[in-house]
Amino acid sequence: MSTIALDHVSRWYHNVVAVNDVSMTIGPGVTGLLGPNGAGKSTLISLMSGFLAPSAGSVTLDDQQLWRNPDAYRKIGLVPEREALFDYLTGRQFVTANAELHKLPDPGAAAARALETVEMTEAADRAISTYSKGMRQRVKMASALVHDPSVLLLDEPFNGMDPRQRMHLMELLRTMGAQGRTVLFSSHILEEVEQVARQIEVVIAGRHAASGDFGAIRRLMTNRPNRYVLHSSDDRLLASVLIRDPSVRGASLRSQGGLDVEAGDFGRFAQVLPQLAREQSIRLLEVTPTDESLESVFAYLVAS
Amino acid sequence: MNATIVRLGMRSVFGRRRGVLLLILPVVLILLAVVVRALAGAGVGTGGDVLAALGLQVLLPLIALIAAASLLAPEIDDGSVVYLLAKPIPRMTIVVSKLTVAFGCTVVFAVLPILIAGFILAGGQAGFVLAFVLGALAGGAAYCALFTWLSTLTRHAVVIGLLYVLLWEGLIGGVVSGVRWVSIGWWTGAIAEAVSNKVQLVSPNLGAAYAVIATLVVLVGMAMLAARRLSGFNLTGDE
Repeated sequence: MSTIALDHVSRWYHNVVAVNDVSMTIGPGVTGLLGPNGAGKSTLISLMSGFLAPSAGSVTLDDQQLWRNPDAYRKIGLVPEREALFDYLTGRQFVTANAELHKLPDPGAAAARALETVEMTEAADRAISTYSKGMRQRVKMASALVHDPSVLLLDEPFNGMDPRQRMHLMELLRTMGAQGRTVLFSSHILEEVEQVARQIEVVIAGRHAASGDFGAIRRLMTNRPNRYVLHSSDDRLLASVLIRDPSVRGASLRSQGGLDVEAGDFGRFAQVLPQLAREQSIRLLEVTPTDESLESVFAYLVAS
Repeated sequence: MNATIVRLGMRSVFGRRRGVLLLILPVVLILLAVVVRALAGAGVGTGGDVLAALGLQVLLPLIALIAAASLLAPEIDDGSVVYLLAKPIPRMTIVVSKLTVAFGCTVVFAVLPILIAGFILAGGQAGFVLAFVLGALAGGAAYCALFTWLSTLTRHAVVIGLLYVLLWEGLIGGVVSGVRWVSIGWWTGAIAEAVSNKVQLVSPNLGAAYAVIATLVVLVGMAMLAARRLSGFNLTGDE
Protein backbone atom coordinates (compact mmCIF):
# COMPACT_ATOMS: atom_id res chain seq x y z
CA MET A 1 0.00 0.00 0.00
CA SER A 2 1.58 3.23 -1.13
CA THR A 3 0.45 6.84 -1.16
CA ILE A 4 1.65 9.69 -3.32
CA ALA A 5 1.16 13.10 -1.79
CA LEU A 6 1.42 16.46 -3.51
CA ASP A 7 1.56 19.35 -1.09
CA HIS A 8 1.00 22.81 -2.58
CA VAL A 9 2.96 21.84 -5.67
CA SER A 10 3.65 24.36 -8.40
CA ARG A 11 5.80 23.97 -11.45
CA TRP A 12 6.65 26.73 -13.83
CA TYR A 13 8.87 26.95 -16.90
CA HIS A 14 10.31 30.46 -16.96
CA ASN A 15 7.16 32.59 -16.83
CA VAL A 16 4.71 29.85 -17.87
CA VAL A 17 2.92 28.10 -15.04
CA ALA A 18 2.27 24.43 -15.86
CA VAL A 19 0.97 23.34 -12.46
CA ASN A 20 -0.40 25.83 -9.99
CA ASP A 21 -0.56 25.12 -6.24
CA VAL A 22 -1.89 21.57 -6.49
CA SER A 23 -2.43 19.47 -3.39
CA MET A 24 -3.73 15.94 -3.75
CA THR A 25 -3.24 12.52 -2.24
CA ILE A 26 -3.31 9.44 -4.44
CA GLY A 27 -3.94 6.28 -2.46
CA PRO A 28 -4.58 2.59 -3.26
CA GLY A 29 -7.14 1.93 -5.97
CA VAL A 30 -7.49 3.42 -9.42
CA THR A 31 -7.43 7.20 -9.76
CA GLY A 32 -8.16 8.95 -13.02
CA LEU A 33 -6.35 12.20 -13.74
CA LEU A 34 -8.68 14.01 -16.05
CA GLY A 35 -8.18 17.22 -17.96
CA PRO A 36 -8.10 18.68 -21.44
CA ASN A 37 -4.90 18.57 -23.48
CA GLY A 38 -2.29 20.93 -22.09
CA ALA A 39 -3.91 21.06 -18.65
CA GLY A 40 -0.77 19.87 -16.88
CA LYS A 41 -1.52 16.14 -16.58
CA SER A 42 1.84 15.05 -17.98
CA THR A 43 3.62 17.57 -15.79
CA LEU A 44 1.85 16.12 -12.74
CA ILE A 45 2.80 12.56 -13.73
CA SER A 46 6.40 13.65 -14.26
CA LEU A 47 6.38 15.20 -10.79
CA MET A 48 4.85 12.04 -9.28
CA SER A 49 7.39 9.80 -11.00
CA GLY A 50 10.41 11.82 -9.85
CA PHE A 51 11.19 13.07 -13.35
CA LEU A 52 10.55 16.71 -12.62
CA ALA A 53 11.44 18.91 -9.67
CA PRO A 54 8.59 20.94 -8.23
CA SER A 55 9.27 24.69 -8.40
CA ALA A 56 7.43 24.96 -5.08
CA GLY A 57 5.87 22.49 -2.67
CA SER A 58 6.71 18.82 -2.20
CA VAL A 59 5.94 15.53 -3.92
CA THR A 60 6.40 12.42 -1.78
CA LEU A 61 5.83 8.70 -2.02
CA ASP A 62 5.18 7.24 1.42
CA ASP A 63 6.73 10.36 2.96
CA GLN A 64 9.91 10.15 0.88
CA GLN A 65 10.79 12.87 -1.58
CA LEU A 66 10.64 11.64 -5.16
CA TRP A 67 13.00 14.08 -6.85
CA ARG A 68 16.56 12.72 -7.23
CA ASN A 69 15.62 9.54 -5.39
CA PRO A 70 16.23 6.52 -7.66
CA ASP A 71 15.40 4.08 -4.84
CA ALA A 72 11.75 5.12 -5.17
CA TYR A 73 11.59 3.21 -8.47
CA ARG A 74 11.51 -0.06 -6.54
CA LYS A 75 7.88 0.84 -5.84
CA ILE A 76 6.98 2.70 -9.04
CA GLY A 77 6.04 1.38 -12.45
CA LEU A 78 5.84 4.13 -15.06
CA VAL A 79 4.16 4.01 -18.47
CA PRO A 80 5.20 7.23 -20.20
CA GLU A 81 3.18 8.78 -23.00
CA ARG A 82 6.05 8.93 -25.47
CA GLU A 83 6.26 5.89 -27.66
CA ALA A 84 9.98 5.51 -28.12
CA LEU A 85 11.27 2.19 -26.93
CA PHE A 86 14.42 0.24 -27.67
CA ASP A 87 13.23 -0.63 -31.14
CA TYR A 88 16.18 -2.88 -31.92
CA LEU A 89 15.11 -5.35 -29.21
CA THR A 90 12.26 -7.83 -29.21
CA GLY A 91 9.45 -7.28 -26.76
CA ARG A 92 10.75 -10.10 -24.56
CA GLN A 93 14.34 -8.79 -24.60
CA PHE A 94 13.08 -5.33 -23.66
CA VAL A 95 10.94 -6.50 -20.74
CA THR A 96 13.68 -8.90 -19.57
CA ALA A 97 16.19 -6.03 -19.66
CA ASN A 98 13.82 -4.02 -17.47
CA ALA A 99 13.62 -6.96 -15.05
CA GLU A 100 17.42 -7.21 -14.98
CA LEU A 101 17.75 -3.49 -14.30
CA HIS A 102 15.47 -4.02 -11.29
CA LYS A 103 17.86 -6.82 -10.24
CA LEU A 104 15.02 -9.35 -10.00
CA PRO A 105 16.15 -12.87 -9.08
CA ASP A 106 14.69 -14.51 -12.21
CA PRO A 107 14.35 -11.80 -14.90
CA GLY A 108 13.26 -14.22 -17.63
CA ALA A 109 10.36 -15.59 -15.58
CA ALA A 110 9.31 -12.12 -14.41
CA ALA A 111 9.31 -10.87 -18.01
CA ALA A 112 7.27 -13.86 -19.18
CA ARG A 113 4.73 -13.19 -16.41
CA ALA A 114 4.45 -9.50 -17.26
CA LEU A 115 4.10 -10.23 -20.98
CA GLU A 116 1.37 -12.74 -20.26
CA THR A 117 -0.47 -10.22 -18.08
CA VAL A 118 -0.67 -7.81 -21.01
CA GLU A 119 -1.38 -10.62 -23.51
CA MET A 120 1.79 -10.08 -25.47
CA THR A 121 3.28 -13.56 -25.18
CA GLU A 122 2.63 -14.41 -28.82
CA ALA A 123 4.30 -11.33 -30.27
CA ALA A 124 7.02 -11.20 -27.61
CA ASP A 125 9.77 -12.53 -29.86
CA ARG A 126 9.23 -10.01 -32.63
CA ALA A 127 11.27 -6.83 -32.88
CA ILE A 128 9.58 -3.84 -31.23
CA SER A 129 10.06 -1.88 -34.47
CA THR A 130 7.36 -4.09 -36.04
CA TYR A 131 4.78 -3.42 -33.29
CA SER A 132 1.55 -1.48 -33.69
CA LYS A 133 0.81 1.45 -31.39
CA GLY A 134 -1.35 -0.74 -29.16
CA MET A 135 1.32 -3.41 -28.91
CA ARG A 136 3.92 -0.83 -27.96
CA GLN A 137 1.58 0.41 -25.28
CA ARG A 138 1.22 -3.11 -23.89
CA VAL A 139 4.95 -3.76 -23.91
CA LYS A 140 5.46 -0.47 -22.07
CA MET A 141 2.86 -1.71 -19.59
CA ALA A 142 4.69 -5.05 -19.20
CA SER A 143 7.97 -3.24 -18.56
CA ALA A 144 6.27 -1.17 -15.86
CA LEU A 145 4.71 -4.23 -14.20
CA VAL A 146 7.71 -6.52 -14.34
CA HIS A 147 8.90 -5.76 -10.79
CA ASP A 148 5.41 -5.95 -9.30
CA PRO A 149 5.30 -2.29 -8.20
CA SER A 150 2.91 -0.94 -5.59
CA VAL A 151 2.45 2.26 -7.62
CA LEU A 152 1.58 2.36 -11.29
CA LEU A 153 1.60 5.69 -13.16
CA LEU A 154 0.29 5.79 -16.72
CA ASP A 155 0.27 8.81 -18.99
CA GLU A 156 -2.57 8.63 -21.52
CA PRO A 157 -2.39 4.81 -21.65
CA PHE A 158 -5.43 4.37 -23.91
CA ASN A 159 -4.06 6.48 -26.75
CA GLY A 160 -3.78 4.47 -29.93
CA MET A 161 -5.47 1.37 -28.56
CA ASP A 162 -8.26 -0.36 -30.40
CA PRO A 163 -11.51 -1.00 -28.50
CA ARG A 164 -10.60 -4.57 -27.54
CA GLN A 165 -7.17 -3.58 -26.23
CA ARG A 166 -8.78 -0.66 -24.44
CA MET A 167 -11.25 -2.96 -22.66
CA HIS A 168 -8.43 -5.30 -21.72
CA LEU A 169 -6.28 -2.51 -20.29
CA MET A 170 -9.26 -1.15 -18.37
CA GLU A 171 -9.84 -4.59 -16.87
CA LEU A 172 -6.15 -4.84 -16.04
CA LEU A 173 -6.14 -1.46 -14.29
CA ARG A 174 -9.25 -2.39 -12.32
CA THR A 175 -7.57 -5.64 -11.22
CA MET A 176 -4.41 -3.77 -10.21
CA GLY A 177 -6.48 -1.32 -8.20
CA ALA A 178 -8.45 -4.12 -6.54
CA GLN A 179 -5.15 -5.74 -5.52
CA GLY A 180 -4.42 -2.67 -3.42
CA ARG A 181 -1.99 -0.99 -5.80
CA THR A 182 -1.98 2.75 -6.23
CA VAL A 183 -2.85 3.19 -9.89
CA LEU A 184 -3.03 6.63 -11.49
CA PHE A 185 -3.69 7.21 -15.16
CA SER A 186 -4.29 10.36 -17.11
CA SER A 187 -6.81 10.91 -19.85
CA HIS A 188 -8.61 13.74 -21.56
CA ILE A 189 -11.68 11.58 -22.19
CA LEU A 190 -14.22 11.56 -19.40
CA GLU A 191 -15.99 8.40 -20.53
CA GLU A 192 -12.66 6.57 -20.47
CA VAL A 193 -11.87 7.66 -16.94
CA GLU A 194 -15.36 6.96 -15.73
CA GLN A 195 -15.19 3.33 -16.78
CA VAL A 196 -12.07 2.56 -14.77
CA ALA A 197 -11.52 4.93 -11.90
CA ARG A 198 -13.43 5.25 -8.68
CA GLN A 199 -11.60 8.40 -7.80
CA ILE A 200 -11.20 11.26 -10.25
CA GLU A 201 -8.88 14.25 -10.04
CA VAL A 202 -9.65 16.98 -12.54
CA VAL A 203 -6.99 19.46 -13.63
CA ILE A 204 -7.69 22.43 -15.83
CA ALA A 205 -5.08 24.98 -16.89
CA GLY A 206 -2.65 23.71 -14.26
CA ARG A 207 -5.12 24.01 -11.42
CA HIS A 208 -6.73 21.23 -9.40
CA ALA A 209 -10.34 21.84 -10.40
CA ALA A 210 -12.22 18.95 -8.85
CA SER A 211 -11.61 15.83 -6.85
CA GLY A 212 -13.92 13.09 -5.84
CA ASP A 213 -15.83 9.90 -6.47
CA PHE A 214 -16.69 9.36 -10.12
CA GLY A 215 -20.36 8.99 -9.23
CA ALA A 216 -20.53 12.50 -7.83
CA ILE A 217 -18.74 13.98 -10.81
CA ARG A 218 -20.87 11.97 -13.19
CA ARG A 219 -24.05 13.30 -11.60
CA LEU A 220 -22.74 16.80 -12.14
CA MET A 221 -22.32 15.90 -15.77
CA THR A 222 -25.57 14.10 -16.43
CA ASN A 223 -27.68 17.06 -17.42
CA ARG A 224 -24.87 18.70 -19.27
CA PRO A 225 -25.38 18.88 -23.03
CA ASN A 226 -22.57 17.24 -24.99
CA ARG A 227 -21.90 17.66 -28.66
CA TYR A 228 -20.67 14.90 -30.90
CA VAL A 229 -19.82 14.58 -34.55
CA LEU A 230 -20.97 11.26 -36.02
CA HIS A 231 -20.14 9.70 -39.34
CA SER A 232 -22.17 6.69 -40.40
CA SER A 233 -23.31 4.71 -43.39
CA ASP A 234 -26.66 6.59 -43.35
CA ASP A 235 -26.45 9.91 -41.52
CA ARG A 236 -30.02 10.99 -42.39
CA LEU A 237 -31.61 7.80 -41.04
CA LEU A 238 -29.40 7.93 -37.95
CA ALA A 239 -30.47 11.53 -37.31
CA SER A 240 -34.13 10.58 -37.52
CA VAL A 241 -33.85 7.68 -35.06
CA LEU A 242 -31.62 9.59 -32.65
CA ILE A 243 -33.97 12.56 -32.43
CA ARG A 244 -36.72 10.23 -31.21
CA ASP A 245 -34.64 9.27 -28.19
CA PRO A 246 -35.01 11.44 -25.07
CA SER A 247 -31.21 11.51 -24.54
CA VAL A 248 -30.79 13.57 -27.71
CA ARG A 249 -31.67 17.25 -27.81
CA GLY A 250 -30.77 17.98 -31.36
CA ALA A 251 -29.34 16.46 -34.51
CA SER A 252 -28.40 18.25 -37.69
CA LEU A 253 -26.80 17.10 -40.91
CA ARG A 254 -23.49 18.66 -41.82
CA SER A 255 -23.13 20.01 -45.34
CA GLN A 256 -19.83 18.19 -45.84
CA GLY A 257 -21.26 14.90 -44.57
CA GLY A 258 -21.68 13.66 -41.03
CA LEU A 259 -24.01 14.57 -38.26
CA ASP A 260 -23.87 17.03 -35.36
CA VAL A 261 -25.62 15.65 -32.31
CA GLU A 262 -26.30 17.32 -28.99
CA ALA A 263 -26.89 14.80 -26.24
CA GLY A 264 -28.64 15.86 -23.05
CA ASP A 265 -27.78 12.73 -21.09
CA PHE A 266 -24.44 11.44 -22.30
CA GLY A 267 -24.62 8.27 -20.20
CA ARG A 268 -27.82 7.18 -21.89
CA PHE A 269 -26.67 8.48 -25.25
CA ALA A 270 -23.54 6.31 -25.08
CA GLN A 271 -25.78 3.28 -24.50
CA VAL A 272 -28.51 3.95 -27.05
CA LEU A 273 -26.32 5.12 -29.92
CA PRO A 274 -24.84 1.67 -30.77
CA GLN A 275 -28.19 0.03 -30.00
CA LEU A 276 -30.15 2.23 -32.39
CA ALA A 277 -27.50 1.95 -35.07
CA ARG A 278 -27.60 -1.82 -34.85
CA GLU A 279 -31.39 -1.96 -35.02
CA GLN A 280 -31.39 0.16 -38.17
CA SER A 281 -28.37 -1.65 -39.67
CA ILE A 282 -26.47 1.62 -39.76
CA ARG A 283 -22.70 1.34 -39.61
CA LEU A 284 -21.10 3.85 -37.26
CA LEU A 285 -17.84 5.06 -38.76
CA GLU A 286 -16.84 7.74 -36.32
CA VAL A 287 -18.09 9.13 -33.01
CA THR A 288 -16.11 12.16 -31.85
CA PRO A 289 -16.92 14.46 -28.97
CA THR A 290 -16.19 17.92 -30.37
CA ASP A 291 -13.39 19.89 -28.77
CA GLU A 292 -15.79 22.63 -27.95
CA SER A 293 -17.96 20.23 -26.02
CA LEU A 294 -14.93 18.82 -24.21
CA GLU A 295 -13.75 22.22 -23.13
CA SER A 296 -17.23 23.17 -22.08
CA VAL A 297 -17.52 19.96 -20.05
CA PHE A 298 -14.50 20.97 -18.04
CA ALA A 299 -15.62 24.56 -17.80
CA TYR A 300 -18.94 23.28 -16.50
CA LEU A 301 -17.16 21.16 -13.90
CA VAL A 302 -15.22 24.15 -12.64
CA ALA A 303 -18.33 26.28 -12.51
CA SER A 304 -20.11 23.59 -10.49
CA MET B 1 28.96 -0.88 -13.98
CA ASN B 2 25.77 -2.63 -15.05
CA ALA B 3 26.00 -5.55 -17.49
CA THR B 4 22.48 -5.00 -18.87
CA ILE B 5 23.17 -1.34 -19.71
CA VAL B 6 26.47 -2.32 -21.34
CA ARG B 7 24.67 -4.97 -23.42
CA LEU B 8 21.91 -2.55 -24.45
CA GLY B 9 24.55 0.07 -25.22
CA MET B 10 26.42 -2.29 -27.56
CA ARG B 11 23.17 -3.06 -29.38
CA SER B 12 22.36 0.62 -29.76
CA VAL B 13 25.80 1.52 -31.16
CA PHE B 14 25.80 -1.23 -33.75
CA GLY B 15 22.07 -1.14 -34.34
CA ARG B 16 22.25 2.31 -35.94
CA ARG B 17 23.52 3.38 -39.30
CA ARG B 18 26.26 5.55 -37.87
CA GLY B 19 27.74 2.31 -36.50
CA VAL B 20 29.01 1.71 -40.05
CA LEU B 21 31.19 4.81 -39.71
CA LEU B 22 32.96 3.03 -36.90
CA LEU B 23 34.19 0.50 -39.45
CA ILE B 24 34.97 2.84 -42.33
CA LEU B 25 37.32 5.25 -40.55
CA PRO B 26 39.81 2.66 -39.24
CA VAL B 27 39.93 0.94 -42.63
CA VAL B 28 40.87 4.28 -44.20
CA LEU B 29 43.72 4.73 -41.69
CA ILE B 30 45.11 1.26 -42.29
CA LEU B 31 44.84 1.56 -46.07
CA LEU B 32 46.60 4.90 -45.96
CA ALA B 33 49.33 3.37 -43.80
CA VAL B 34 49.82 0.66 -46.41
CA VAL B 35 50.03 3.25 -49.21
CA VAL B 36 52.50 5.46 -47.29
CA ARG B 37 54.62 2.43 -46.39
CA ALA B 38 54.70 1.38 -50.05
CA LEU B 39 55.66 4.85 -51.26
CA ALA B 40 57.95 6.09 -48.47
CA GLY B 41 59.09 2.89 -46.76
CA ALA B 42 59.11 2.21 -43.01
CA GLY B 43 60.20 5.02 -40.72
CA VAL B 44 59.25 7.04 -37.68
CA GLY B 45 59.30 10.40 -39.47
CA THR B 46 56.51 10.05 -42.02
CA GLY B 47 54.94 7.32 -39.89
CA GLY B 48 54.69 9.66 -36.93
CA ASP B 49 53.11 12.37 -39.08
CA VAL B 50 50.44 10.00 -40.43
CA LEU B 51 49.69 8.46 -37.02
CA ALA B 52 49.41 11.89 -35.40
CA ALA B 53 47.51 13.68 -38.16
CA LEU B 54 45.10 10.92 -39.05
CA GLY B 55 45.20 8.57 -36.06
CA LEU B 56 45.27 10.82 -33.03
CA GLN B 57 43.76 13.99 -34.42
CA VAL B 58 41.02 12.56 -36.63
CA LEU B 59 40.28 8.88 -36.04
CA LEU B 60 40.49 8.90 -32.24
CA PRO B 61 38.17 11.87 -31.52
CA LEU B 62 35.73 10.94 -34.29
CA ILE B 63 35.36 7.32 -33.18
CA ALA B 64 34.95 8.42 -29.56
CA LEU B 65 32.37 10.99 -30.68
CA ILE B 66 30.36 8.53 -32.79
CA ALA B 67 30.42 5.89 -30.06
CA ALA B 68 29.65 8.20 -27.14
CA ALA B 69 27.00 10.20 -28.97
CA SER B 70 25.17 7.07 -30.18
CA LEU B 71 24.69 5.95 -26.61
CA LEU B 72 22.85 8.58 -24.62
CA ALA B 73 21.90 11.42 -26.96
CA PRO B 74 19.30 9.49 -29.04
CA GLU B 75 17.79 7.91 -25.92
CA ILE B 76 17.48 11.29 -24.23
CA ASP B 77 16.13 12.84 -27.41
CA ASP B 78 13.36 10.27 -27.93
CA GLY B 79 12.66 9.80 -24.22
CA SER B 80 13.50 6.08 -24.10
CA VAL B 81 16.23 6.83 -21.54
CA VAL B 82 13.38 6.88 -19.04
CA TYR B 83 13.42 3.06 -19.07
CA LEU B 84 16.96 3.15 -17.75
CA LEU B 85 16.33 5.99 -15.33
CA ALA B 86 13.09 4.65 -13.80
CA LYS B 87 15.15 2.00 -12.06
CA PRO B 88 16.78 1.92 -8.63
CA ILE B 89 20.24 2.28 -10.15
CA PRO B 90 22.74 4.99 -9.16
CA ARG B 91 23.08 7.44 -12.04
CA MET B 92 26.85 7.13 -11.88
CA THR B 93 26.46 3.40 -12.66
CA ILE B 94 24.51 4.27 -15.81
CA VAL B 95 27.17 6.78 -16.90
CA VAL B 96 30.06 4.40 -16.16
CA SER B 97 28.31 1.62 -18.12
CA LYS B 98 27.74 3.89 -21.12
CA LEU B 99 31.32 5.16 -20.88
CA THR B 100 32.61 1.60 -20.82
CA VAL B 101 30.80 0.81 -24.08
CA ALA B 102 32.03 4.03 -25.71
CA PHE B 103 35.59 3.40 -24.54
CA GLY B 104 35.43 -0.25 -25.66
CA CYS B 105 34.40 0.91 -29.15
CA THR B 106 37.18 3.49 -29.14
CA VAL B 107 39.75 0.84 -28.24
CA VAL B 108 38.56 -1.55 -30.96
CA PHE B 109 37.94 0.99 -33.73
CA ALA B 110 40.60 3.63 -32.99
CA VAL B 111 43.35 2.39 -30.68
CA LEU B 112 43.71 -1.02 -32.31
CA PRO B 113 43.83 0.43 -35.85
CA ILE B 114 46.44 2.95 -34.64
CA LEU B 115 48.46 0.00 -33.34
CA ILE B 116 48.15 -1.85 -36.66
CA ALA B 117 48.88 1.27 -38.73
CA GLY B 118 51.83 2.02 -36.43
CA PHE B 119 53.44 -1.34 -37.12
CA ILE B 120 52.80 -0.98 -40.85
CA LEU B 121 54.34 2.51 -40.90
CA ALA B 122 57.21 2.13 -38.45
CA GLY B 123 58.15 -1.51 -38.94
CA GLY B 124 59.51 -3.08 -35.78
CA GLN B 125 59.73 0.10 -33.70
CA ALA B 126 57.64 -1.25 -30.80
CA GLY B 127 58.39 1.62 -28.40
CA PHE B 128 57.33 4.17 -30.98
CA VAL B 129 54.05 2.38 -31.67
CA LEU B 130 53.39 1.80 -27.96
CA ALA B 131 53.72 5.55 -27.37
CA PHE B 132 50.90 6.25 -29.81
CA VAL B 133 48.78 3.45 -28.35
CA LEU B 134 49.15 4.69 -24.76
CA GLY B 135 48.45 8.26 -25.83
CA ALA B 136 45.39 7.09 -27.74
CA LEU B 137 44.12 5.08 -24.76
CA ALA B 138 44.35 8.10 -22.45
CA GLY B 139 42.96 10.50 -25.03
CA GLY B 140 40.19 8.08 -26.02
CA ALA B 141 39.01 7.81 -22.42
CA ALA B 142 38.94 11.59 -22.01
CA TYR B 143 37.15 12.13 -25.34
CA CYS B 144 34.51 9.52 -24.42
CA ALA B 145 33.88 11.20 -21.07
CA LEU B 146 33.64 14.64 -22.67
CA PHE B 147 31.26 13.51 -25.41
CA THR B 148 29.15 11.45 -23.00
CA TRP B 149 28.64 14.54 -20.89
CA LEU B 150 27.84 16.56 -24.02
CA SER B 151 25.22 13.92 -24.91
CA THR B 152 23.46 14.48 -21.60
CA LEU B 153 23.57 18.22 -22.16
CA THR B 154 22.27 18.72 -25.67
CA ARG B 155 20.70 16.87 -28.57
CA HIS B 156 23.33 18.54 -30.77
CA ALA B 157 26.17 16.66 -29.10
CA VAL B 158 27.60 15.45 -32.42
CA VAL B 159 27.74 18.93 -33.94
CA ILE B 160 29.24 20.50 -30.82
CA GLY B 161 31.70 17.61 -30.51
CA LEU B 162 32.76 18.11 -34.13
CA LEU B 163 33.18 21.84 -33.57
CA TYR B 164 35.32 21.09 -30.53
CA VAL B 165 37.55 18.69 -32.46
CA LEU B 166 37.83 20.68 -35.69
CA LEU B 167 37.75 24.27 -34.46
CA TRP B 168 39.07 24.23 -30.93
CA GLU B 169 41.68 21.48 -31.19
CA GLY B 170 42.43 21.69 -34.89
CA LEU B 171 42.22 25.29 -35.97
CA ILE B 172 42.51 27.42 -32.84
CA GLY B 173 44.82 24.95 -31.06
CA GLY B 174 47.18 25.10 -34.02
CA VAL B 175 47.41 28.89 -33.90
CA VAL B 176 46.95 29.90 -30.27
CA SER B 177 49.41 27.87 -28.23
CA GLY B 178 47.59 28.50 -24.93
CA VAL B 179 44.68 26.37 -26.15
CA ARG B 180 46.92 23.30 -25.94
CA TRP B 181 46.65 23.39 -22.16
CA VAL B 182 42.92 22.78 -22.44
CA SER B 183 42.83 20.39 -25.37
CA ILE B 184 42.54 16.60 -25.09
CA GLY B 185 44.25 16.14 -28.45
CA TRP B 186 47.35 17.93 -27.29
CA TRP B 187 47.44 16.01 -23.99
CA THR B 188 47.29 12.81 -26.02
CA GLY B 189 50.33 13.96 -27.96
CA ALA B 190 52.16 14.93 -24.77
CA ILE B 191 51.59 11.47 -23.26
CA ALA B 192 52.80 9.77 -26.45
CA GLU B 193 55.92 11.95 -26.46
CA ALA B 194 56.69 11.04 -22.87
CA VAL B 195 56.60 7.31 -23.64
CA SER B 196 59.01 7.38 -26.59
CA ASN B 197 61.56 10.03 -27.47
CA LYS B 198 61.08 9.18 -31.13
CA VAL B 199 57.65 10.78 -31.02
CA GLN B 200 57.79 14.54 -31.45
CA LEU B 201 54.41 16.18 -31.67
CA VAL B 202 53.75 18.93 -29.18
CA SER B 203 55.64 22.13 -28.95
CA PRO B 204 55.88 23.76 -26.52
CA ASN B 205 55.84 20.55 -24.52
CA LEU B 206 53.05 20.39 -21.94
CA GLY B 207 54.71 17.77 -19.79
CA ALA B 208 53.40 14.28 -19.32
CA ALA B 209 52.43 14.82 -15.69
CA TYR B 210 50.17 17.72 -16.60
CA ALA B 211 48.65 15.75 -19.49
CA VAL B 212 47.94 12.68 -17.34
CA ILE B 213 46.39 14.72 -14.52
CA ALA B 214 44.33 16.80 -16.94
CA THR B 215 43.08 13.61 -18.64
CA LEU B 216 42.07 12.12 -15.28
CA VAL B 217 40.33 15.32 -14.23
CA VAL B 218 38.32 15.36 -17.48
CA LEU B 219 37.49 11.65 -17.19
CA VAL B 220 36.24 11.82 -13.62
CA GLY B 221 34.80 15.33 -13.83
CA MET B 222 32.78 14.73 -16.99
CA ALA B 223 31.46 11.41 -15.66
CA MET B 224 30.30 13.15 -12.49
CA LEU B 225 28.69 15.99 -14.43
CA ALA B 226 26.93 13.51 -16.71
CA ALA B 227 25.62 11.54 -13.71
CA ARG B 228 24.45 14.77 -12.11
CA ARG B 229 22.71 15.70 -15.34
CA LEU B 230 20.95 12.32 -15.57
CA SER B 231 19.78 12.49 -11.97
CA GLY B 232 18.02 15.73 -12.86
CA PHE B 233 16.47 14.37 -16.04
CA ASN B 234 13.13 15.97 -16.89
CA LEU B 235 10.60 13.74 -18.59
CA THR B 236 8.74 16.71 -20.00
CA GLY B 237 11.87 18.36 -21.41
CA ASP B 238 13.81 21.38 -20.26
CA GLU B 239 11.69 24.05 -21.88
